[in-house]
Amino acid sequence: MDGSGDTPITAAAPAYDGLPDSRVVGRHGMFPHTTHDDIARINFLAQLNRHLATQVAPFVKTAWETRAEPRVRAAEGRAPKDRHEVRKALLGDPMFATWSALRRMTMEQRQQTGRWVALREAETLAARAKSLTEGDPGLSLDPTLPIPRYVSAVDHHCMAGSYHTELIPGDVSAGANYDVGMFITTGGLLGRWSDGGGRAIVEWVKREKPDFKPRRILDIGATLGHNLLPIAAAFPDAEVIGLDVGAPMLRYGMARAKALGLTNVRFIQADASSLPMFEDGAFDWIQTTMFLHELSLTSMRAIFSESHRLLAPGGVVLHVEQPQYTPDMSLYEQAMRDWDAFYNNEPFWSTLHEIDLDARFIEAGFAANKLIHDKVSADARDIFPAAADDTVEDFGRKAAWRLVGAEK
Amino acid sequence: MSIALALAKAGAKPAGKRPYFLDQEVERVLAIAMAAVQELAVARERIDTLERLLQAKGVLAAGEIDAFAPTPEQAAERGLWMQEYIARVLRIVQQEGEAITAGTHGDLYSEDVAVELAADAPV
Repeated sequence: MDGSGDTPITAAAPAYDGLPDSRVVGRHGMFPHTTHDDIARINFLAQLNRHLATQVAPFVKTAWETRAEPRVRAAEGRAPKDRHEVRKALLGDPMFATWSALRRMTMEQRQQTGRWVALREAETLAARAKSLTEGDPGLSLDPTLPIPRYVSAVDHHCMAGSYHTELIPGDVSAGANYDVGMFITTGGLLGRWSDGGGRAIVEWVKREKPDFKPRRILDIGATLGHNLLPIAAAFPDAEVIGLDVGAPMLRYGMARAKALGLTNVRFIQADASSLPMFEDGAFDWIQTTMFLHELSLTSMRAIFSESHRLLAPGGVVLHVEQPQYTPDMSLYEQAMRDWDAFYNNEPFWSTLHEIDLDARFIEAGFAANKLIHDKVSADARDIFPAAADDTVEDFGRKAAWRLVGAEK
Repeated sequence: MSIALALAKAGAKPAGKRPYFLDQEVERVLAIAMAAVQELAVARERIDTLERLLQAKGVLAAGEIDAFAPTPEQAAERGLWMQEYIARVLRIVQQEGEAITAGTHGDLYSEDVAVELAADAPV
């Protein structure tokens, strides 16, 4: 074969099984306007993330096995002792450095892309949210609420201004940015309404607790309520409350819920480490989705304790998270999963994934024989048929999670 | 006002010091290159949409663009554009090339000339 281009084509081109166009994401009444160029930027970044996960990250593993790990063994006369030593050794490897630089840039570009869309019509979006929520007792904001240190110290996943910063009166731009960019990091694996986490938890509850009739449900760290809405839809007789510290998220979330026709949801600005406005046993179901890793140890203990107080007998606490670092997970995988902790402003991620969560539940008052451990994953077949067989691991970003929790 | 907000703040730095994985100069250039790569994808998608719309409206037939062969005059115009384009992009290489010999006939820093020109005549 001389590469002259006249090689006969003997097989049909393989069917495309890559990411869908981001236009599959559902447009609701609060969704910001996106131009052709905005959508193309989103498509590009989702594909770039996918490329980094499928085509570049494997080279990082090869570099670890053939260069970086042998260097640690030669220098120390032993195998690497923990994930931190693995990460520090990887930092000296050019393939890890290249992958890391590109991964960091995709995150920064994702934020810029989403913020461009959200800020460009910030005033229009704020007015639309106001018209959808004005006078609605379901939205309860507290401008005096102190923003916890774990939110204000560094902006999580490079999201400038985090969940709480308000750029204009009645700002919802942080919520709009979050909504418009979710497709980029997950490539559609969360489904049409980015609600794969919420739908997964509903499916688990319906299967494991078929007779469960919750009256009140609390979603802590609800942001724009994307995981709360499928729960509200599945349990229409329940009052579902989304809690967050960021007013822009809550305004956007309440307006989004109304635009999508949900009537049994409320959004409240509060810090879940102390919720004196709710009486003991006020909730039958308390949950979070990809939230615990954005806390601090002190606040997590307070939230676990407050959850125990707020839960009614027979109720359930459920947290959806990425898997814990257990002895059966290689140090290399642990180090790669730690990437977001150190390089994507998720400073509690590393600690959260190494601590004994069971002990924290028990410390908060839950019984050891009432703890829950399971696996859940998002079903995104509505927009991404190939997602059902998806095996791509993106170290902390995959829409397949562990469910940890407790019954009371 | 929102557009001014977007221009000023869309690329705002998140709180938290930025880690660098490569030499900072290299990573800065790579970041600019990746933004340009992104915008090329954006332009490519827009052209693709344009072609499909033109096909749908019957202005363009499928495969017509790939089958297009410029006339010699058109090829010359395009060739000229390509020459100009590459020269623009590689301006710094041209200037560094010219600097190799410019130095041999007394190329100076403006800063040094400034000192020379500011010198007062001896009284």
